Amino acid sequence: MVAVLGLWLAGGVPAAHALDANGQMEDPALQERYERIAKDLRCLVCQNESIADSNVELASDLRRQVREMLVAGQSDDAIFGFMTDRYGDFVRFNPPLEAKTVLIWGAPFIVLAFGVVIIVRIVRHRSSMPLDDEAKEPV
Amino acid sequence: MWKFLVPFAAFVALVVLFAFGLNPNRDIHALPSPLIGRSAPPFSLTDVMDPNHFVSNSAYKGQVYIVNVWGTWCEACRQEHDALLSIARQQIVPIIGLVYMDQRDKAKQWLEQSGNPYAAVAFDDDGRTAIDWGVYGAPETFLVDEQGRVMYKFISPMTPEVWQREFLPRIAAARRAGA
Repeated sequence: MVAVLGLWLAGGVPAAHALDANGQMEDPALQERYERIAKDLRCLVCQNESIADSNVELASDLRRQVREMLVAGQSDDAIFGFMTDRYGDFVRFNPPLEAKTVLIWGAPFIVLAFGVVIIVRIVRHRSSMPLDDEAKEPV
Repeated sequence: MWKFLVPFAAFVALVVLFAFGLNPNRDIHALPSPLIGRSAPPFSLTDVMDPNHFVSNSAYKGQVYIVNVWGTWCEACRQEHDALLSIARQQIVPIIGLVYMDQRDKAKQWLEQSGNPYAAVAFDDDGRTAIDWGVYGAPETFLVDEQGRVMYKFISPMTPEVWQREFLPRIAAARRAGA
């Protein structure tokens, strides 16, 4: 019974362990890099999950690729390069800053600047108006 | 004047943005392939029909060809099968099949039952060729030109309309450029 329950649990809750479905890597430093890289790579089937979290077959194939490249001594840049060469920048949750992605990175600052302009205008406009209690006084 | 113009410009910008964003014909899951314009990734895989025989896209060098990624598990691939059969009958370009995330026997059986539109069918056992081609689903259909460059990628089931609209003009252009 316990064994059956164990099997059921193993089959039922693999989501959190997709990352280590094939066991941890021997070298803790490599494991640390592996986890960081897998969390920054998008699972293109589910699109909002990283390959670290996803159980679909493509994610597991991509994790295998990352592990093999790490063991082969490749750099993080080489691994991300391998992925973006094939799947485009969209595969990264943290896209590099370049001409195409300037708008993504710049948009928050543009919106912020826009807000500042509006606030300044409102404040200036208000401060040029008479004070409320002055206005209420009968003339 | 500005009081009217600025909100109006903002309104027009939003309408354009939403028209693009909410367009029902746009597949929001379709991603642009970085492969377009680059050399098609080479592969040499066993033939689905005969594991002792190899299928390699280098054999098609110098001609325009299609690579169609499919699997028997994929409902949309079944939908496009008739379209592929009719395209194959036109004998305009060879179609290489790439069987993805599937079992050889199942794929073979499906082709024997429903007809085989492929000039050759490669069996991507471990999914590595699919990764090289940036495949993230099925069906995906690639068009490769005479110089061996990927010209176009279509994600979704092939239909006669798509073939007519997206593929035939590009094939004609590739042949004009190659001639």
